[in-house]
Amino acid sequence: MKPVESIAEMSGRGDKPEILFWVGCAGSFDPRAQKVTRAFCELLQKAGISFAILGKEEQCTGDPARRAGNEFVFQMLALQNIQTLNAYSIEKIVTTCPHCFNILKNEYPQLGGNYEVIHHTQLLKSLLEEGKIKVAESKSDRGKVTYHDSCYLGRANQVYEAPRDVLNHLTTQLVEMERNRAKGLCCGAGGGQMFKEDEPGDKRINIERTEEALRTGANSIVVNCPFCLTMMTDGVKAKDKQENIMVYDLSEMILKSMIE
Amino acid sequence: MLFLSGKQVSHFYTPHCMGIQQIFFLITLIIVGSAAVRSYGRVFRNIRLGRDEVIDGNEGARWKNVLLVAFGQKKMFTRIVPAFLHLFIYLAFLITQIELIEIVVDGVFGTHRIFAPFLGTFYTLIISVIEMLSVLALVATLAFLWRRNVKPVGRFVKPEMTGWPSIDANIILLAEIVLIGAIFSMNSADAVLQGLDSDYYPSTGKFAISGLFGPALMENWDKNVLVLIERAGWWVHILVVFGFILYLPISKHLHILFAFPNTYFARLEPAGQMTNMPEVMQEVKSMLGLGEGQTETNYDELPEFGAKDVFDLSWKNILDAYTCTECGRCTAECPANLTGKKLSPRKIMMDVRDRAEEVGRNLDSGSSKFIHVDHQTNGRLSPKNYDDGKSLFDRISAEELHACTTCNACVEACPVLINPLDIILQMRRYEILTKSAGPQDWVPMFTSLENSGSVWQISTERDAWTQDVNT
Repeated sequence: MKPVESIAEMSGRGDKPEILFWVGCAGSFDPRAQKVTRAFCELLQKAGISFAILGKEEQCTGDPARRAGNEFVFQMLALQNIQTLNAYSIEKIVTTCPHCFNILKNEYPQLGGNYEVIHHTQLLKSLLEEGKIKVAESKSDRGKVTYHDSCYLGRANQVYEAPRDVLNHLTTQLVEMERNRAKGLCCGAGGGQMFKEDEPGDKRINIERTEEALRTGANSIVVNCPFCLTMMTDGVKAKDKQENIMVYDLSEMILKSMIE
Repeated sequence: MLFLSGKQVSHFYTPHCMGIQQIFFLITLIIVGSAAVRSYGRVFRNIRLGRDEVIDGNEGARWKNVLLVAFGQKKMFTRIVPAFLHLFIYLAFLITQIELIEIVVDGVFGTHRIFAPFLGTFYTLIISVIEMLSVLALVATLAFLWRRNVKPVGRFVKPEMTGWPSIDANIILLAEIVLIGAIFSMNSADAVLQGLDSDYYPSTGKFAISGLFGPALMENWDKNVLVLIERAGWWVHILVVFGFILYLPISKHLHILFAFPNTYFARLEPAGQMTNMPEVMQEVKSMLGLGEGQTETNYDELPEFGAKDVFDLSWKNILDAYTCTECGRCTAECPANLTGKKLSPRKIMMDVRDRAEEVGRNLDSGSSKFIHVDHQTNGRLSPKNYDDGKSLFDRISAEELHACTTCNACVEACPVLINPLDIILQMRRYEILTKSAGPQDWVPMFTSLENSGSVWQISTERDAWTQDVNT
């Protein structure tokens, strides 16, 4: 990964990015999600896309607070973020997190933040189709892949096919779990669950979903969300199947298959 | 109107003695009509206990939902077997309305099968289709009874289904069987009677099923017996229908009416979009100095945010609750419920309806013990001064609310576009904003968000990951 510029630095030299990359809390701080952040930056750099990040000026979008019921904290964060974004006259945003994607796209407009927001899987699909990203022809040696729909990209925003289209560029063996697309099972992290212990029950949701993924016989579970990434990785560890199956973000899958 | 029944004979159940039946029908119609106005009026009043919410715009998309989802049953077809079974009953129900109009006209005017001479072969066709659909509906009804009682489908045996909800479901299915039996006895006897008294019984042509069964079974039966069977079938049919009309407001079966308005008023925004709280937004804007010139708000009493009771929900949330037929597709898809947590989206909807009913009953009682202590002096009990010391939180526990992952699976699963998630989120808002309660685990997250703008309290900079550059 080449150095990544912040919007402040870019504006400082009088330049403007094509697109702002909204990194999100997980992408910024979680070690595993940081790898995804870097992989995605590398893809953008290879595709020759001019982008910037908010860097230290970025704050949480407020999604977990809002869904937990804390509208005050959400409004605080969102209104400050909108001030920052509007100050830099941001028009287009890409995120690697479907929660950030959903809230920026659907909920910031009522607060005065109007941007064109896309999820990284959608951008990657167009970069592949425009030929700005090239992957090796041979798809066979990449093994069986299963794709896990995140709730906030899938049911919340009806994006089911873009990530699958990308995967079909990479492999001939995309296998579906029983519950997929509109019926896809949650990983268990949404709605603030990521930040609390489970309520009493028989099983963890991520275990239920991981078992379903294991039943496909895939070698890789591909996700589009940093929280799904954590939950599915934990699930695989809990089932002691790290040898058999790996969990990747879609951008990592592409990066692995790229021709330099 | 009695001129139509001019040829009167003294024998009670001969068809020519229509006067008594006509009077009895008219009285029944008036009683049922006024009882229906009262009980449906009560349901509408209960729905309007919710706060006002303007739901309009985009009529095209709204009608499309009504046509595809309510009329077209689109969302039922994600589960193919029950979809077809349900379709049979639904189609039989829809098309029987034509016959029902005739029954009401005949009942009021003392006529017999008044549409038959006008419609001719088309009449034969319509009634034949009704008969064939009734057979399919009977098969479906038996299958549904099987799926509920003999080999129960998982979603029908959840804790919230014990007692009244499962009795309710069975009552409807049994009533359907009685109804279908009545249709066939009426039509079969009529087929034979047409040959015996063509003056009174207009020729209808041969109906698909009763046209064969009737003559084969009842050919040489006594005329008086046949008349009795025909009349019994006719009366049982209409009385079951009247009973149905009065039963719906207290039953899960209300969905046959409310599915239509409920799909029309369903939200059209992306499922992921939460409703904004403009009052909180304004407050925070003025705190941040972003105010659009407004003065600071002074509250006489601390405002309440979110939903504690049915009064705080939107009227649409309560319409959702009355539309719910307790099929449990939401609960069957809920990740929390699937993994043994207490949350069941269906139960949320049932609780909201039960609470609205409870408040409605208390309001009807007019008792001053339900008037809020601060308002005791001024007048009559009304939704404005209502306080029975209870709320939705007496029915829906924090544990249920906290188990939700906001994944929208319940919203997606509902065949009539009910949104249980919206209610859960409004109640979470009440818990956090008004009660300052909620899971302890969330406190550090909120603190961290307020202090450092990130969900975790982490000492490194937000852009530290950019330092790991391999050149």
